[in-house]
Amino acid sequence: MRKQLAATLLDLAGRDPRIVLLTADLGFMVLEEFAAAYPDRFYNVGVAEADMAGIATGLAACGYIPFLYSIATFASMRGYEQLRDGPVLHRLPVRVLGIGGGFEYGHAGPTHAALEDLGIMRCQPGLTVIAPADDDQASAAIRAVYDLPGPVYFRISKENCPPLPGLDGRFTLGRMEILREGADAGIIAIGSIAAEAVRAAEMLAADGIRTAVGIVSSLRPAPADDIRKFLGGVATVVTVEEHYPEGGLGSLVAETAAGIGAPCRVVRLGAQFPFPAVIGSTRFLREHHGLSAENIARSVREGRGGGRP
Amino acid sequence: MRRLILDESMRAHVGHIGSALSIAEIVAVLFGEALRFPGTDDPQRDRFILSKGHAVLALYAALMLKGILTREELATYCGDGTLLGAHPEHTLRGIDFSTGSLGHGLAIGAGVALAARMAGSPHRAFVLVSDAECNEGSLWETVMFAAHHRLSNLVAVVDDNGQQAMGKTRDIIDLSPLGAKWRAFGWDVREVDGHSVPELRGVLCAAGEGPGRPRAVIARTVSGRGVSFMEGEVKWHYLPLTGELYERALGEIEAAP
Repeated sequence: MRKQLAATLLDLAGRDPRIVLLTADLGFMVLEEFAAAYPDRFYNVGVAEADMAGIATGLAACGYIPFLYSIATFASMRGYEQLRDGPVLHRLPVRVLGIGGGFEYGHAGPTHAALEDLGIMRCQPGLTVIAPADDDQASAAIRAVYDLPGPVYFRISKENCPPLPGLDGRFTLGRMEILREGADAGIIAIGSIAAEAVRAAEMLAADGIRTAVGIVSSLRPAPADDIRKFLGGVATVVTVEEHYPEGGLGSLVAETAAGIGAPCRVVRLGAQFPFPAVIGSTRFLREHHGLSAENIARSVREGRGGGRP
Repeated sequence: MRRLILDESMRAHVGHIGSALSIAEIVAVLFGEALRFPGTDDPQRDRFILSKGHAVLALYAALMLKGILTREELATYCGDGTLLGAHPEHTLRGIDFSTGSLGHGLAIGAGVALAARMAGSPHRAFVLVSDAECNEGSLWETVMFAAHHRLSNLVAVVDDNGQQAMGKTRDIIDLSPLGAKWRAFGWDVREVDGHSVPELRGVLCAAGEGPGRPRAVIARTVSGRGVSFMEGEVKWHYLPLTGELYERALGEIEAAP
């Protein structure tokens, strides 16, 4: 998804001279082409994320559209207050690019695993929060919102994310995309882990459990109406996110269900905490935290049976 | 300006008087002479960022004296439903950035200065920070960035009153030699008497011209300046005025040359 991000930014910068790219000294083998094409609009601010957020506030207040690049943990948390008191409070078009959320930095361990970025960003009023599910959707999402007047947080996968069947690169702000219909159960997923959710639905279908799959890439503004409708169609909904179950997609769906008194059960899958003292690959950690396709399918079955997933 | 600060502190029964009195001359020289301010929405206006936002009463007084705020608006200071709170609010006319969280304003100023350079605009950024604000690590991130990029259209004024919320800076986190620190980071440092209008005029009015380095003005000041019982007293970082003390303070201010 980083490649699509770089290509999309390069294209947009060619059309819109307001676009500036700042990095806090990350993006080796990703940002070079932009830096070469637009040296006057590319700044490596050094290892200084809080500074980057403040500088971006000044740039945006003077008419620029700064994109801020770093690993999702640092991009979202080190300068969080500067983002809150800057672009959020002043309603400025700063775009934060949080790279590789969830377990995508695998062996790098807990300091590099952003498992709360979506939650802390979702509670900031006026901040658009987007986590694309595949590469094509990432490109569409960046194009769709790059010139919104207010700030945006993107969680961008570090890996290649091939097209999800049925998504076709669609992205609409404030809407959920339905990948599969199904009346027996539902899965709602966000971000690159959506690929596991789709595989889980395929496995369930093979066993005759027709499972609907919805993708929420626009966490804020939330697709409230779409989620309400989805909740009305099935008795069990499992949410899937590479994030703690609190604050992110699972919270959004549970809040929505409670708000309408939905009769369905909401099972929230996400990272376990406290963070287990175990290191491993992305694949290993997803499995370990119950987020592999097999785990998700099992949770759907248990959820339908009324057991404790 | 000092009279407005005392009047409004008294009326609103709000503190931070010592902090506002400390920067009276700095703000007066900036708004009276240094800032190029053709209009509050002119894109080429110089931007002033009061990073030590708690001294905002001095800024309100300056905005009133510039005709940007009315006396009636100033009289809503810290009232219910006002935009004139105890820290600057950017939706108020004449204020570009909301501040109050120390260590943030200089980075915004660097962004403003960088934007001016990129756009070929003549505007400059003046950021007023407190000496204790130099405790914040985030400030030094910007100090390094601005020096590296030679943002000569960025001016940091350090209100060096030697005092912070819980005591003297030398007892809490000793900053001295403060000017040498900024100089070591690559800034063009000028150390002046922060209550001397001619000295401030000399380092602020022509600041930010031409290539070179960002400028740091270390302005040696006295917290509560102009009111003898407030000068250098930590408690006047907090206390509001009472009737008798207000009369005494006013008498001293009025008697000053």
